[in-house]
Amino acid sequence: MDPMQAIKVTFFQECEEQLGELETGLLAMQEGSVDDETVNAVFRAVHSIKGGAGAFKLDRLVKFAHVFETTLDKIRNGALAPANAVMKTMLRAADVLADLVTVSREGGAFDDTRSNELIAELNAHCDEKAAVKEAHPEEEGDNNPFAALGWEPVSLSLEPEINEYLIVFRPKPELYAKGNETTRLMRELSRLGALTVHCEIADVPLLANFEPEQSYLSWRATLRSHQDIAAVQAVFEFVDGDCHLDIEPVEASEAHAEPVAEVAPEAAPEAVEEPKAAASVPREAAKAEAGGQGNATQNTIRVDLDRVDRLINLVGELVINQAMLTQRVLEAGAVKNASIATGLDDLEHLTREIQESVMAIRAQPVRPLFQRMSRIVREIADATGKNVRLKTEGEGAEVDRTVIERLADPLTHMIRNAVDHGLERPDARIAAGKPAQGEVRLSAAHKSGRVVIEIADDGRGIDRPRVKAIAIKKGLIAPDAQLTDGEIDNLLFMPGFSTAETVSNISGRGVGMDVVKRSIQALGGRIAITSKLGHGSTFSLSLPLTLAVLDGMVVRVADQTLVVPLNSILETMKPKPGEVYGLGPDTQVIGIRGGFTPLIDVGYALGFRTHRADPMSGVTLLIETEGGVRSALMVDAIQDQRQVVIKSLESNYGHVEGIAAATILGDGRIALILDTDAIVHSSSGRNSPSDMLLAG
Amino acid sequence: MADMELKASGAREYITFRIGAQYYCIDIMSVREIRGWTPATQLPRAPGFVRGVINLRGVVLPIIDLADRLGFDPTEPTARHVIIVAQTGRQVVGLLVDAVSDIINMPAEKVQPTPDVGSEAARAFVLGVMAIDDRMISLIALESVMPTLAGEAA
Amino acid sequence: MSMKILTVDDSRTMRDMLRLALTSAGFDVVQAVDGLDGLDVLDRENPELVITDINMPKMDGFGFIEGARKIGRFRVVPILVLTTESDPDKKMRAKKAGATGWIVKPFDPVKLVDVIRRVAA
Repeated sequence: MDPMQAIKVTFFQECEEQLGELETGLLAMQEGSVDDETVNAVFRAVHSIKGGAGAFKLDRLVKFAHVFETTLDKIRNGALAPANAVMKTMLRAADVLADLVTVSREGGAFDDTRSNELIAELNAHCDEKAAVKEAHPEEEGDNNPFAALGWEPVSLSLEPEINEYLIVFRPKPELYAKGNETTRLMRELSRLGALTVHCEIADVPLLANFEPEQSYLSWRATLRSHQDIAAVQAVFEFVDGDCHLDIEPVEASEAHAEPVAEVAPEAAPEAVEEPKAAASVPREAAKAEAGGQGNATQNTIRVDLDRVDRLINLVGELVINQAMLTQRVLEAGAVKNASIATGLDDLEHLTREIQESVMAIRAQPVRPLFQRMSRIVREIADATGKNVRLKTEGEGAEVDRTVIERLADPLTHMIRNAVDHGLERPDARIAAGKPAQGEVRLSAAHKSGRVVIEIADDGRGIDRPRVKAIAIKKGLIAPDAQLTDGEIDNLLFMPGFSTAETVSNISGRGVGMDVVKRSIQALGGRIAITSKLGHGSTFSLSLPLTLAVLDGMVVRVADQTLVVPLNSILETMKPKPGEVYGLGPDTQVIGIRGGFTPLIDVGYALGFRTHRADPMSGVTLLIETEGGVRSALMVDAIQDQRQVVIKSLESNYGHVEGIAAATILGDGRIALILDTDAIVHSSSGRNSPSDMLLAG
Repeated sequence: MADMELKASGAREYITFRIGAQYYCIDIMSVREIRGWTPATQLPRAPGFVRGVINLRGVVLPIIDLADRLGFDPTEPTARHVIIVAQTGRQVVGLLVDAVSDIINMPAEKVQPTPDVGSEAARAFVLGVMAIDDRMISLIALESVMPTLAGEAA
Repeated sequence: MSMKILTVDDSRTMRDMLRLALTSAGFDVVQAVDGLDGLDVLDRENPELVITDINMPKMDGFGFIEGARKIGRFRVVPILVLTTESDPDKKMRAKKAGATGWIVKPFDPVKLVDVIRRVAA
């Protein structure tokens, strides 16, 4: 990659981080924490984006960031109070900034009216005379000697005319204290044309009075150059204020012959080496000062994702190899040797630990994902005229980054739903005795090896009679179907179901909760609803922490070894005679505690055998699919329970219906991982949804 | 370098192998390795020529029974059978063949068009033929024998 | 031997750009991510010239320059600040802290090298 292109990639990555910081900071400010550190961090975020954008000539981004930055600077100075209205503008400006970053990265159209609107709004706030205190009082006293100096690039005079200048220059000690040197300045001058320099040494005192830090020398120089006076002044740009300087254009006719003198030996006295201890004092002090702030970035490194994935794959290999080795050793009967047995145990332990540590590398906090949601809430609250507050909890919970990436869309949809369908309008809320402002709570927490994400609203809750009526009207269930509350709630996830009579353009967008459910399932997750009429609804997502390993039950089916994901298995049982019934020509059900559950012969469903096996000869696994639908899967035997490394079947072959992925077992052979939902769906294809629901 | 001279003259290297009594070859540049047969894990609802998948150092490798694919009787694999691990694009597969016989150099102009025969498999899977000594060797169209990847098919 | 330059900037983008511009001009580059880190790297690497951003977490550019000037070896090492056109008072504050000169962002690599040659021997 072209190095500038690579830097651009970095820039956009950094933008994402800065936008996250910006949002977090602004939200904190809105909640009332206007401490310097927060305000500075917010300012810095916009400033950095602007800086990088300038380098890549992203003019629209620069322009917007600049106005934004200026307004933030006013807040930083105390010239603008971070009142509620101001903060609202800031948050919206952050959204526009994020959009501009996206457009700059991906191209595409951008509607300038929104950014112009915000620019006007920001400028309006800047003009507010609500100044509480003077800006930078410590600077006010200073006469800014640089303000007069423009920072425009030096313009070249094209006139062939030769100008002559007389330059009188007398450095102050400060000039040297800032690392500038007369010799360099003279060298710069000599680049502009023919230079003659004369050093005045009259002021140099006798040695006894000589102060090493003082400056005693001065220079008179004559320069003949095509350049205009601004170019000559520009040479002294950095030392303005640190020297006496007089630059006079000389009439050409007056050109006089100055006695030529060598540039004087360097006048800056050599800095006396200080004891090192003295140097470390300010640093220690500074460290102590900054100590409380703690910055994680210091201790992180950025690693290419491919490298991490390669490492994860290799560790996966190691796990398999270790299992194979153990099996071989067992087969060879060498475990009688205690030291070999201990060695193998240790190896297994270490391998697992390495695996867990490596998996942890891919884990990331859900914070950025949650931060994005606050914007979604703002937008939809604006669009629906609802007053909403988003409360987030557990943003630090870490999940595999792929899970996070693929969670963004379903989560966005669910948040939109919660505001659009879940929450009532302010007047309706007040009428119901609730505060006008609705609340959506988004939380993440680790629970027994999985992460549970909840989206809860304090809105109206699910109106079950209405949901049921709609489902009947749409033909999703039989008119006389008897459904439990849970089953009615799960109707929301059925394809073709939408409670809004007219699809609103907010929650609509052509996807329903069925799509949300499918994407959660594709991540190996489950989704569940709890709801109380008048009090709100909670959607909980239970997701695996990583997509790379899975807890599975190893089973035999028609001479094949398969792995069934443990999280879908409710219980295992051995069918007794009289519990299995035929239902029609090609389906069987099993009676479990008074209910009937479809019985699926996995070997038959996958085409591994052409006839159903005798249910009495096998074991059944009672599973629950994500819709809460229960099925009994029949396998020949259960072999083992273990964690397996997930291998893609799709990279070299493709998707196989009924199979989620592959894994490698201890004997080095491949075993397929069952997609229980797909097996249930394909096997119940002949059944109507109401039959399925009856099964519960 | 010999390799570069070959390229300059338009000659390529091919790996030849036997299926039954017939000889076939593929471009050596697409061959990653050659290994003995190991039992494969059957895939549900796979076409007959897909023998299943094996573990190739952690990669799930689909095995294509080339005999079956070309319209012969399916192979009854034994330990003497060979898997040629071949790659086209990003897809890696194992080709189950009876035996690998040779590596040959062949200038491009010596590859003749496939004779017009009735066999559909021959037309679909053979790019061209070449003569070596008294044998005819058919050049396999690797892309065509591969199973279609999911997602690309639709 | 090429001149060793320390760049102090909290933005990876800016650090990368500076590194690219400086290394292609033949300089050696060492980096620090904020003022505090800058003082550490300064001490360890003994650069011959320093380019620092102003607005940084933990310790800003002013603090860094003041700190650097208190270390005997770095009293006269040229220190350039990276600044934006819009804030001349930043330049003034940087000068008060002891900066040798400044580079206006977004910088042009040619001008950057030019400024470095101007302040470095």
